[in-house]
Amino acid sequence: MKYLDEYRDAPACQRYLAAIARITTRPWTIMEVCGGQTHAIVRFGLQELLPPHIELVHGPGCPVCVTPLEIIDKALALAARPEVIFCSFGDMLRVPGSRQDLQTVRGAGGDVRVVYSALDCLHIAREHPHKQIVFFAVGFETTAPGNALLVARAAREGLSNLSLLVSHVLVPPAIEAILSSPQNRVQAFLAAGHVCAVMGTAAYQPLAARYHAPLVVTGFEPLDILQGLYMCVRQLEQGRAEVENQYVRSVRAEGNPEAQALIASVFGVVTRQWRGMGEIPASGWGLSPAYRAFDAEHRFDLARVSAPEPAECISGQILQGQKKPAECPAFGLRCTPQHPLGATMVSAEGTCAAYYQYRNCESA
Amino acid sequence: MSEPMFKLNCPLPLAGHERVLMAHGGGGRMMSVLIAQIFRQAFDNPELETRHDGAVLTLAPGRLAMSTDSYVIRPLVFPGGDIGTLAVNGTVNDLAMCGARPLYLSAAFILEEGLEIATLWQVALSMRQAAERAGVRIVTGDTKVVERGHGDGLYINTTGIGRLEHALRIAPASVRPGDAVLISGDVGRHGMAVLAARENLSFHSPIESDCAPLADTVMALLQQGIEVHCLRDATRGGLAAVLNEIASDAGLRIDCDDAAIPVDRAVREACELLGLDPLQVANEGCFVAFVAQRHSDAALATLRSFNPRAALIGAVLDAQPGLVTLSTELGGRRILDMPMGELLPRIC
Amino acid sequence: MCLAIPGEVRAISGDTLLERTGSIAYGSIIKQASLAFVPEARVGDYVLVHAGVAISLIAQTEAQRIFDYLDRIDESAR
Repeated sequence: MKYLDEYRDAPACQRYLAAIARITTRPWTIMEVCGGQTHAIVRFGLQELLPPHIELVHGPGCPVCVTPLEIIDKALALAARPEVIFCSFGDMLRVPGSRQDLQTVRGAGGDVRVVYSALDCLHIAREHPHKQIVFFAVGFETTAPGNALLVARAAREGLSNLSLLVSHVLVPPAIEAILSSPQNRVQAFLAAGHVCAVMGTAAYQPLAARYHAPLVVTGFEPLDILQGLYMCVRQLEQGRAEVENQYVRSVRAEGNPEAQALIASVFGVVTRQWRGMGEIPASGWGLSPAYRAFDAEHRFDLARVSAPEPAECISGQILQGQKKPAECPAFGLRCTPQHPLGATMVSAEGTCAAYYQYRNCESA
Repeated sequence: MSEPMFKLNCPLPLAGHERVLMAHGGGGRMMSVLIAQIFRQAFDNPELETRHDGAVLTLAPGRLAMSTDSYVIRPLVFPGGDIGTLAVNGTVNDLAMCGARPLYLSAAFILEEGLEIATLWQVALSMRQAAERAGVRIVTGDTKVVERGHGDGLYINTTGIGRLEHALRIAPASVRPGDAVLISGDVGRHGMAVLAARENLSFHSPIESDCAPLADTVMALLQQGIEVHCLRDATRGGLAAVLNEIASDAGLRIDCDDAAIPVDRAVREACELLGLDPLQVANEGCFVAFVAQRHSDAALATLRSFNPRAALIGAVLDAQPGLVTLSTELGGRRILDMPMGELLPRIC
Repeated sequence: MCLAIPGEVRAISGDTLLERTGSIAYGSIIKQASLAFVPEARVGDYVLVHAGVAISLIAQTEAQRIFDYLDRIDESAR
């Protein structure tokens, strides 16, 4: 596949690995923010190919992992209603709420449907005029244009049976929360390439300056990640802290203006809870007042649920790169992908699930 | 790989009925007519013609294998086959995986009220064609009808028996360190064909299910005197599930080479698009063979004579029991885990 | 949420900007995606598609940069 396969070229990857090894003189801790990048690192076994003093830490770039328990429970309540067709991306189906997940609700008779695109909800809403279609709008900035388009088109068409349960989160406030924490160990970031394709790179300049941390906007193929790491390490070794763009074929500094315009009209900045990290001010998007009619939390009477996380789960510290999964007493024993205690083990890109994947290979 | 469906020169049976009704399962005249005009007409063999409650069979002495499976696929018809082709080949292949020559099948049908007769007829014809190709006879069966809304149109259960014509014990317990791990063809086609049909993906040339009988291939391996230790066809859960099950049951480790595993280009692309791993996608005409190392070349040659995409994909090690690893495209190595269950495509 | 794949625009339809849709080819597969956010995309261009929505136009002239960069750093290491 064009613009994909070329960036998996093994010889070029080996050359970047050699170049990174050449310039690394000290240990460095680098965080990659996006779950897609975590997935690529695991799939191509990059951590074990890098020089040992480069430590890769996986960040909270997995919206599945950071969606608060309260929102999951609201989703479950909606999905269980007989008049609701609950639509979601596939990765949300196994995330545990307080007592169950969407898969169990479906097993009990809830109409829960996996969609590949938010726009699929338009067809479902038109086909089922007597049902309430609720879309679980979870994601970072990458997914927001599609969700905004769903709302705009539903409004244009006058679809009254469609609403969204929104839990959008923003990357820059999360990075700031990590960098400003006294326990922070992260020295540089691979910023999420597709988020920046939408939003541009401007929001990262103040972060790089204030916290003296290099931020390299990086893509998702192994060659992208390796070039991004090279650029990070080079800055670290040289004592620089700038925003650089590795993913130039997809990301422009200004991002996508059309997407930003629609997002600004459909969404407004809100404070969001991040599962495991607590409340981060101005860290998310909710539907703007003009589109409040499409807000499922406004349309349905949903009880405020407050539920504690399983006491053992330390996913919050893991999401911030402060602890490794192996430091969790439950990891691999009471908490596994088959029986997850927290969201970082459920999602295929959650840090704990990713570490579980290559746990024994290291000792092999 | 699929052959064109032949057409019987007779009009659609059950003239006057377009859809299955509750009465077709009632045990009365309408059910007799359904059975006669659809099933006995399609399957057409002496055992069925005795019209008894069961089939009486004579088998040569020796070990027998028996297997059963139920088929609940949606959609009922997909590129490369339908629920009928699956129902025959699936059980035929389970028998072949025991090292048995498949001989007879039973077929039990649960029809949903409202199922189109034309669809049922198409499925019956597919089963006939698949049975002929696999060299088996469908000798007994059952029919039930459930109310509309209580079934996905049609569910089928088939049970099969076959004869073992060799003395090997083909099972995970027979797998040994050093065994060669071979695969009979390319992976991921059935699951992607079904998913593509459901998700309205269109292709220049559609991905077709690899649904096919494997008994001839297995018989050839055995007749050549290949020391086969274990066989398993890679159905739901794909290659990853098979390797993990066997590694766990055998208490050994399996190392595989990602580059050696054959994946069709269109399957790979569809998987990229939907965020799936081809190694976790279902197959219906592909099996893994564990053979003694010294027979590896001969086994591969035999497999390739049936399907040129057959390949040697790995080896068994006397190490971490139950561990399955995969070399990566970049020369590293990672764990290939058991799939979680229902295929949940990644968007993230 | 970041899984996005590059694909080639083969055909464009839709009466309004919001409804603008493309037939996108990913190798041998063709699937529809919204082009509402890439109004400048034309047949033959490559777009980055996430969950059925094109979020960026691939700058084909930039696609080679990762390899040029590699050549430069290897060269300077010699």
